[in-house]
Amino acid sequence: MAHVASAAETLEEKLTQELGYDDHFHEHHHGDKFQSNFLTHYIFSTDHKMIARQFLITGMFWAFIGAGMSIIFRLQLGFPEADLAWLRPLLGKWIQVNEAGIGKLDPEFYYALVTMHGTILVFFVLTAGLSGTFSNLLIPLQVGARDMASPLLNSFSYWAFFLAGVVMFLSLFLSTGPFSGGWTAYPPLSALPQASDGSGAGMTMWIVSMALFVVSVLLGGVNYITTVLNLRTKGMNMWRMPLTIWAFFVTAILGLLSFPVLLSGVFLLMFDRSMGTSFYLNEIVVGGEVLDRIGGSPILYQHLFWFLGHPEVYIIILPAMGIVSEVLSVHARKPIFGYRAMVFSILAIAFLSFIVWAHHMFMSGVNPFISNFFVIFTLIIAVPSAVKVFNWISTIYGSNLRFNSASLFAVGFVSMFISGGLTGIFLGNSAIDIQLHDTYFVVAHFHIVMGIAAFFGMFAGIYHWFPKMFGRFMNETLGKVHFWGTLVGAYAIFWPMHYTGMAGVPRRYYSIDNFESFKHFTELNQYITIAAIVVFFLQVLFMVNFFYSIFSGRKLTVKNPWGANSLEWTTPIEPGHGNWPNNIPTVQRWAYDYGKNGEEFIPQYIPLKEGEHDHGH
Amino acid sequence: MIQTVSKQYNRNKIHPHKFALWVAIGSIIMMFVSITSAYVVRRASGNWYEFKLPDIFFLNTLVIVASSVTLQLSYNAFVKGREKMYKSMMLSTLVLGLAFVVLQYQGWVALDAMGATFTINPSSSFVYVISGMHAAHVLGGVAALIVALIHAFSLPYKPTQRRKDRFSLVVQYWHFVDVLWVYLIGFFMLQS
Repeated sequence: MAHVASAAETLEEKLTQELGYDDHFHEHHHGDKFQSNFLTHYIFSTDHKMIARQFLITGMFWAFIGAGMSIIFRLQLGFPEADLAWLRPLLGKWIQVNEAGIGKLDPEFYYALVTMHGTILVFFVLTAGLSGTFSNLLIPLQVGARDMASPLLNSFSYWAFFLAGVVMFLSLFLSTGPFSGGWTAYPPLSALPQASDGSGAGMTMWIVSMALFVVSVLLGGVNYITTVLNLRTKGMNMWRMPLTIWAFFVTAILGLLSFPVLLSGVFLLMFDRSMGTSFYLNEIVVGGEVLDRIGGSPILYQHLFWFLGHPEVYIIILPAMGIVSEVLSVHARKPIFGYRAMVFSILAIAFLSFIVWAHHMFMSGVNPFISNFFVIFTLIIAVPSAVKVFNWISTIYGSNLRFNSASLFAVGFVSMFISGGLTGIFLGNSAIDIQLHDTYFVVAHFHIVMGIAAFFGMFAGIYHWFPKMFGRFMNETLGKVHFWGTLVGAYAIFWPMHYTGMAGVPRRYYSIDNFESFKHFTELNQYITIAAIVVFFLQVLFMVNFFYSIFSGRKLTVKNPWGANSLEWTTPIEPGHGNWPNNIPTVQRWAYDYGKNGEEFIPQYIPLKEGEHDHGH
Repeated sequence: MIQTVSKQYNRNKIHPHKFALWVAIGSIIMMFVSITSAYVVRRASGNWYEFKLPDIFFLNTLVIVASSVTLQLSYNAFVKGREKMYKSMMLSTLVLGLAFVVLQYQGWVALDAMGATFTINPSSSFVYVISGMHAAHVLGGVAALIVALIHAFSLPYKPTQRRKDRFSLVVQYWHFVDVLWVYLIGFFMLQS
């Protein structure tokens, strides 16, 4: 492949010179004066590639914290009798040591851990870490733009996320602990500071952090949408865009339409907390004291929350879907099967995501007739999802798939998405939900379909675009160990939860030992905890691989190591500010001409031959 | 950085920053749509105190509409080269904008005086919160207007494309918060 790549490079330079779009860009040979020192280059950068790396590494930091929390509460669930005194140096007073010297996890703190685990993973890791990283890295590179529409707002977007993280991180050290009422922050636990330990300062900081986070998402989203619609290079029409760009674009639209709703919901919550209004409170008794808060409705909050909350799960999964489509097609050396069907199913999923929110509230006292409506639309989501799964499988069917870490994780994504998606059909039924709601079945469902699956999409993206980000490869052997271990381990963690959930084991409980009917799950819970610990250390292995490879990985020697068609591989190995040193390449064809007319791949900048048909017009 | 953008291949005539503003406006619209829907949903479930909005809110609608007119006149004058008109109309917009915020506060005082306090029932709480959120967006516009005023009075008068683009961002946002208030006052009228 090496000689093919080098031949393509000279052709590429010639074509970019002849056909490229000349926007009178001047490369700063002596370094960009805005990016010349450490602070402006690495910290307060406005370059989209640096911001992408900032999002990724901050996301990894949070993934480590969030996953670490899950290990602590899994220890409690798997080994409730065990002595946790050894965790005292880390958790301090949250480990209660009795006279016999046996350390127990504080039950209040258990709830705080569960809450923080959810908040961190959903927002900081799988929203900011996934869509923040790859939208920033790939949108300008793949559509052929010098940078985002507003690089300055883009950098504000990262810094708002960073500040959100700082506030959330500090809340972990409050003497009353961080917020502990569940990541959904339902009132009254979230609305009354006296409701629980974490409802006071912890909740206040949670709100501040989320408000900053919403600002980050909105600033980022405005940029992604504008860049995709306004700054595409010449010839890059919408039907020629790689599916990654379609996914990021639709994700940004979802974010812009749904996060403001969360913001208004949280605003009302703030007034209930500190100004004495009663939007969400009605006839409340706290610790025997009757409050004079009347007229509100806690269900109103749930509507506002889930109007964000449901699109949010697609904000998490759509970027992973886009990445998987691209990675599978490149490594299968085949065009993506059903490109337009893929685009339309992304759009269909995005549209449906706005009219299914009440399926999170079947058991909250929503009118059963209204539930029917939500059941039907929820089940219809299975159609575009199945279209996508069919297309991914058809893409790799009969291909010479290169089995490397990136493509393995992409295939793993499809597996996880199928397994998790199927249980969604159970949960989408309001009747079955009477038994399954708030059990481990739900935990298993959403962890597989949007937790593990989105992580697999993210890993596929990291292994695939690591050479573009850092000019080096990650270690393949460690990558494969990471993949197989995580695939088996993730199923080992979450598969058994379906059974405990069907038996009715409730989620979020500190301990299920007191229930005679759940006693026989003790060993299963130990098994899950051990699997979780193994998987956690495999992710540590991944992080070691990641940071080691940044500095000492195998160096990239050609521009286009995977033989991919999209434009990011036409930039120099270490692209500078502005991405292309001279002209921006123009786009002549769609992004998926693999194995066409006897050629292994035909990059997007190569003009169509006479009589050649282009898919993207 | 900004130059990098403006030199980019331009398929659409619209400036990327202007498009970004529209996208942001779409997002702000979602926020107000959601909170007014919350109002409707909450109202339908009963335990709702009815009251009449103080007249000052209706009068104030005229103030913000007038400020939109003056800002448009200022922009037209800027494009057509009438420097004096451009500056004076922009200054009047600032005065009207600030007057709007002050009068909204007077509206709250009037609400409070007639017994529709902030905490008595969600029906009045909503009015305070929604008008307050709107006033915050007006203040954002005032901040942008102040930047535009500093440009108007410190830079030499020169209607370049770049300055037109920047000014029109302020104008469009200002019109948006104006229309937003007209929607909100109409919404309150229909609901009460």
